[in-house]
Amino acid sequence: MKVASPKLTFWEKLYLFEVLKGMGVTLGHFWKNLFNQSAMPTVQFPEEPNPLPVRHRSRHRLTVRENGDPKCVACMCCETACPARCIHIVAEESPINAIEKRAKVFEIDLLRCVFCGYCVEACPEDAIRMDTDDVLVVGDRREDFIVDLKWLLHGGDFLERRRERAETAPVQGEPITPPTTPEEDQGWPEGTPYHRPKLPAGWQTNAKNV
Amino acid sequence: MNPTMEWIVSAGRAALIWLVQLQLIPILIWFERKVSAYMQDRTGPNRAHILGIRLAGVIHNIADVLKLFFKEDVTPPGVRKFYYLLAPFMAMMIALMTFAVIPFADTLKLGSLEIPMQVFSHNVGMLWIFAIGSFGIFGIVFAGWGANSKFSLLGGIRSSAQLISYELTLSLSVIGLIMIFGTLQLNEIVRGQGGLLFGFLPMWGIVLQPLGAVLFITSVIAETNRNPFDLPEAESEIVGYHVEYSSVKFALFFMAEYVNIVVASGVMTSLFFGGYGIPFLPTEKLIEHAQPVLLGFLAAHVILPAILLVPCRRWSKRLKQLYTDARRIEADFLSAVLVLMALGGLGGIAFFSLNPLSGYGPNIVAAIVQFATFSAKLTFFGFFFVWVRWTLPRFRYDQLMDLGWKLMLPLSLVNIFITGLVLLLVDSLK
Repeated sequence: MKVASPKLTFWEKLYLFEVLKGMGVTLGHFWKNLFNQSAMPTVQFPEEPNPLPVRHRSRHRLTVRENGDPKCVACMCCETACPARCIHIVAEESPINAIEKRAKVFEIDLLRCVFCGYCVEACPEDAIRMDTDDVLVVGDRREDFIVDLKWLLHGGDFLERRRERAETAPVQGEPITPPTTPEEDQGWPEGTPYHRPKLPAGWQTNAKNV
Repeated sequence: MNPTMEWIVSAGRAALIWLVQLQLIPILIWFERKVSAYMQDRTGPNRAHILGIRLAGVIHNIADVLKLFFKEDVTPPGVRKFYYLLAPFMAMMIALMTFAVIPFADTLKLGSLEIPMQVFSHNVGMLWIFAIGSFGIFGIVFAGWGANSKFSLLGGIRSSAQLISYELTLSLSVIGLIMIFGTLQLNEIVRGQGGLLFGFLPMWGIVLQPLGAVLFITSVIAETNRNPFDLPEAESEIVGYHVEYSSVKFALFFMAEYVNIVVASGVMTSLFFGGYGIPFLPTEKLIEHAQPVLLGFLAAHVILPAILLVPCRRWSKRLKQLYTDARRIEADFLSAVLVLMALGGLGGIAFFSLNPLSGYGPNIVAAIVQFATFSAKLTFFGFFFVWVRWTLPRFRYDQLMDLGWKLMLPLSLVNIFITGLVLLLVDSLK
């Protein structure tokens, strides 16, 4: 393909004046920003909040009834709809007659969650929402990111919650037991130091490699 | 002057210049980050702080140095150890040595005592700069070859080819100036630039030799491996001569680059921008009017902080809204420093109005004012290098060579020819 190169005038060909022009442009920006720093688009996050869009999806929460019970009826719609399979619900019988079931365990693995919002769409009871404005989720172990029913209902500082857990939970997982069958052995070279993350008690999953 | 005194004075001058050069490295790196950020509408570094004092990102340099010192110092197996270890020291040492002949003030006369304000005051002046400056290539060549890696060898060859090509233009572009002033001694050249052309223009090198100045500035940028000629380093794109270096050894190369900028700014200032001289105020006049100059100097010391205090107070309000930690007090701290500076200036004015300068006072004041002027010019050209880097895109290697050999070398020869012709004409008119 033939690309037409622009015709340069004599002054442009000299290069020097174009250089000076370019330096004028950069100096203009420098000057403008030096004396009017608040006009710069940079947001000093996290001290300055960065407003989220109106229809954003942030970290989940569970809504409650008027008496404070979770609205969730453990219908498993969200767990079914979830493409990342990050929701884990264990149902139990509800003491209230009008409601058949309620969630005994409701856990979301935020590391797996893709924040697609399908769970919110699937919920028939408006029990789960993604409107907490909470986008800062920090942890240093996998189990830090598995949030439970209590926290989904009441929220609070994610880091605080992590510190709470850190006091009770052991710091490191236990070493994996060596695989026994040759099929299982594949993929891990001999002597690989691998630690399976410690899972919370009662965690059940049908995924093979957690 | 007895030999011991002479030793002490020489060592003092050397230490002063050494400190100036090393002090300018963090300032230049700070310029590099902050100026580039503002040119690109970014904020630049502003996080690292000591007790809440961030100084607009200067503290990041301390963090950098700590990082570089605590990094693992890897010496790859198979390097030619002697040359590998010699290269960074060579680069740094030679860069520091070049500054020796640059005058930072006029010769200080204390009665019969004459102290030249150069570390190495000798007639070879300019030749020293070119001779020692071209030794800098050895640092690059040793690094490229000693590392025993194909990539760094290629990088070293590429860089040395570039440096040698531009060295020619660099030296030839100055010849015109040397012809005009008839000396290689830099102090003489600077003093010559203190004169007036046609009675109103300061006889700066850039006025006498505009073409020479443009050629010199261009090739000096190429010599210091800066954009748009930064093919030797090109941090993000090409593998350069220092790939195999890590930790402090890499830091030495990095610092040598900035020392080279300081040296280049010093040479540029001395040759083309009047050195330590203030236009229309040569040394003799400066000594004569030392009292008002000193008072003006101190008045600037009062007025500038007073002006800066206004944005500082505004900034303090904003900081208090933004932060809850130690950073809140930063603006207040800076305001306190500014107030102290202004008070110091006021005290100085009061003191020197009551006790006018006498004896050697005017001479010392003149030297200090000239040193301040030189430092200001040096810092400005440091800024200039950063400014050029963040404006211009990089040359392709063939364009670089074309520019050096086919355009700038002939132009510098033409410049010498024209200068000779004009000098001959002026001589015959006399």
